[in-house]
Amino acid sequence: MDYDTAMPAKRFTVLDLIDIDLKEHNSLNLRCIGGRKGLNRQIAVPDINRPGLALSGFYDSFAYERIQIFGRGEVAYLRKLADEGKTDTILQMFSYAIPCCIFTYNQTPDRNFFEIAEAAQCPILQTDLSSTEFSSRLLRILSNIFAPQKSVHGVLVEVFGLGILILGDSGVGKSEAALELIERGHRLVADDVVEIRCMNGNILMGSGANKIIGHHMEIRGLGIINITHLFGVGAIRDKKQIQLVVVLEEWNSDKMYDRLGTQEQTMEILGVQVPKLEIPVKPGRNIPIIIETAAMNERLKKMGYYSAKEFNQNILKWIESDSARSVYFGQEDFI
Amino acid sequence: MVEQMVTIKNRAGIHARPAALLVQTASKFKSKIYIEKDSDRINGKSIMGIITLGAGYDTNLKLIADGEDEQEAIQALIHLFDSKFEED
Repeated sequence: MDYDTAMPAKRFTVLDLIDIDLKEHNSLNLRCIGGRKGLNRQIAVPDINRPGLALSGFYDSFAYERIQIFGRGEVAYLRKLADEGKTDTILQMFSYAIPCCIFTYNQTPDRNFFEIAEAAQCPILQTDLSSTEFSSRLLRILSNIFAPQKSVHGVLVEVFGLGILILGDSGVGKSEAALELIERGHRLVADDVVEIRCMNGNILMGSGANKIIGHHMEIRGLGIINITHLFGVGAIRDKKQIQLVVVLEEWNSDKMYDRLGTQEQTMEILGVQVPKLEIPVKPGRNIPIIIETAAMNERLKKMGYYSAKEFNQNILKWIESDSARSVYFGQEDFI
Repeated sequence: MVEQMVTIKNRAGIHARPAALLVQTASKFKSKIYIEKDSDRINGKSIMGIITLGAGYDTNLKLIADGEDEQEAIQALIHLFDSKFEED
């Protein structure tokens, strides 16, 4: 079955960087103060550069494709260059295709610098943050944006704090199962189109594809419903790590389903192995309760308590002690 | 597997009603149906998926059908696009 769709990274421009909707401690506080014509320039590398060496005239290995950050040191040097009336290194810098220049501490470059940047159509942005704080926020954001990603057809819910991705063919009852989970106090992250990003190479973060139409669900016979309005803000979440995949499928009597739960199945998403459960759907099987139980069982496993294995060990112990006993009693009988 | 490029000709683009029409039509067929816009690919039998594409007037979409009744499926979908989803 093919649920996933590869998604090549979209073109990420300087304008996207300014527009990006970040909250409180993540906010970049960026605004454009010049070179507006270049706002559609692409940011192709998730990295930053301090152009101190370049400004002093050393252009070997100049990382021009990165975002250029001008801190207090660079601005002081620019001021010195302006006092001496030198512009050649600045001109040379803008001869490269720089995505944008960002000035920290609300600093503004001199008029000459503006004119050169304007002529090169290179956007100049400004932020009130310190260079260190801005750099760490920007790098964090860029690594998220440039993380490998893809979209899958499924529902992402949070059940007892565990992110569960429900997959299955159209009409198998993914949304209905999710709706009942929400009704039972769990949360919806995304319905139908789940966008997955692989962060740090081992964390799969799932979210809805679109903020405007997010947290709506389509239920056959009802149509499109707004989960936030119906169940309250407590019933939704913007993003959640995917920790378990549940595949719903029509009951297939030829197929062997796991009866013990001692063998773990996994599914690979963006190179990360996620535990997977295949759950057959049949009238009379209450899928939401099975998913809830699966979530609790998965949490127990994470805490080191493995029901199926523990059960088997107890049986082994019992059989062992029983057979030892029968040997003992057998001897007594014999005597 | 068959593929076909289509252009959206109704002014309002694919809003809720055309999306529902598309899904209803796609669901009549056994084939797997996908719709692609640029690099985004979604399941053609999912109404939220189609709305998520945000496809406006004059957008080019690629229809993909894969399965035993792929030809009939793609013809039925193309007919919807050609008839502007019975709008305008």
